[in-house]
Amino acid sequence: MKPRHRRLALVVAGVAALGIAAALVLNAFQSNLVFFFSPSQVAAKEAPVNRTFRLGGMVEKGSMKRLPDGLTVQFVVTDTAKTIPVQYKGILPDLFREGKGVIAQGKLELDGVFRAQEVLAKHDENYMPPEAADAIAKAQKGELPKK
Amino acid sequence: MKATTLEAHADGRGNALLRFAAPQAFFPLAGKMIPWFAALAVVFAVGGLYVSFFVAPTDFQQGESYRVIFIHVPAAWMSMFLYVVMAAWAAFGLILNTRLSGMMASAIAPTGALFTFIALWTGALWGKPTWGTWWVWDARLTSELILLFLYLGFIALTTAIDDPRRAERAGAVLAIVGVINVPIIYFSVKWWNTLHQGASVSLTKAPSMAATMLAGMFLMALAAWMYSFAAALWRVRSIILERERDALWVRERGGGA
Repeated sequence: MKPRHRRLALVVAGVAALGIAAALVLNAFQSNLVFFFSPSQVAAKEAPVNRTFRLGGMVEKGSMKRLPDGLTVQFVVTDTAKTIPVQYKGILPDLFREGKGVIAQGKLELDGVFRAQEVLAKHDENYMPPEAADAIAKAQKGELPKK
Repeated sequence: MKATTLEAHADGRGNALLRFAAPQAFFPLAGKMIPWFAALAVVFAVGGLYVSFFVAPTDFQQGESYRVIFIHVPAAWMSMFLYVVMAAWAAFGLILNTRLSGMMASAIAPTGALFTFIALWTGALWGKPTWGTWWVWDARLTSELILLFLYLGFIALTTAIDDPRRAERAGAVLAIVGVINVPIIYFSVKWWNTLHQGASVSLTKAPSMAATMLAGMFLMALAAWMYSFAAALWRVRSIILERERDALWVRERGGGA
């Protein structure tokens, strides 16, 4: 074995060992690396109780309501299986839309309502011009695009 | 020490790759390549910026603020790619004991750090209007920040040690260890729930972007590649001159003149 080959073997073995170590560590921290919990996870009692956590999902269509004080908004977060009502007092981000992704940070109260201190919009990976978005929306409703 | 290096017995054997592993042979070659890469970088950047700002349509949800991706995504790609290239050069240097490899690794590091910083900064500028926050500690953002620290750590470590050979070896170990972070950055949006969205462009599926937007992004990515080549080669020429300042060919070049 030439010294060159020995050094190559050492580097390869070192990187492999590190890779395995990193995989094990990340696997062990899996639950702590979660940025948000879905409504199903909350329903399954996986989310922390009496502690602040982030709730993520879609804003259910037609669920957004403004309370009479004009500042508090109420909406329902869904992952299509379970839903959780959210109450938030403050300014919503520009991309907050019904039917789009949202992440709310706050606490789940005993009455089953999630009181959020912060609401972030989660953007998806789709980028398209407005005309294309219209066409897709129409196609989903079963209309054919006008030619 | 020299006798064990590849470059020692590569002279005159006609193997171009090995011949150019000698700093003395690589120096003029790099000098010839720089203007081409620099010119291509300018061409691609002008074309890319034109497409990005005047041809690509407005996004259906984000309006004009999405145009940050034309800088953000190429910078983020480059930040990860350059790290892998830097670590590969560092590993070559460690294994083969070639002098040029360590110099290449040191030459790439500042450009990689620059692109990492640009990716983080433009991401924050985009995050505020879109997500509603400059920064969150999700897996994607945190691992990209760690990448910046790895670059800065590599630069700091290699400049802190006076003996260049020892500095290179220490830096190489750090660079190779840090390479674990690159797949973590790339797959973080798949493995965990993150605020950062998934990849719009990947090798495994059709891109979820309009064609002109994609064209602008690819042109900008090409510009970033060309710029990186030019910048790294420029820097490696300075490093070669500095390290080889006592060699005959450098002194014959007329040091300082």
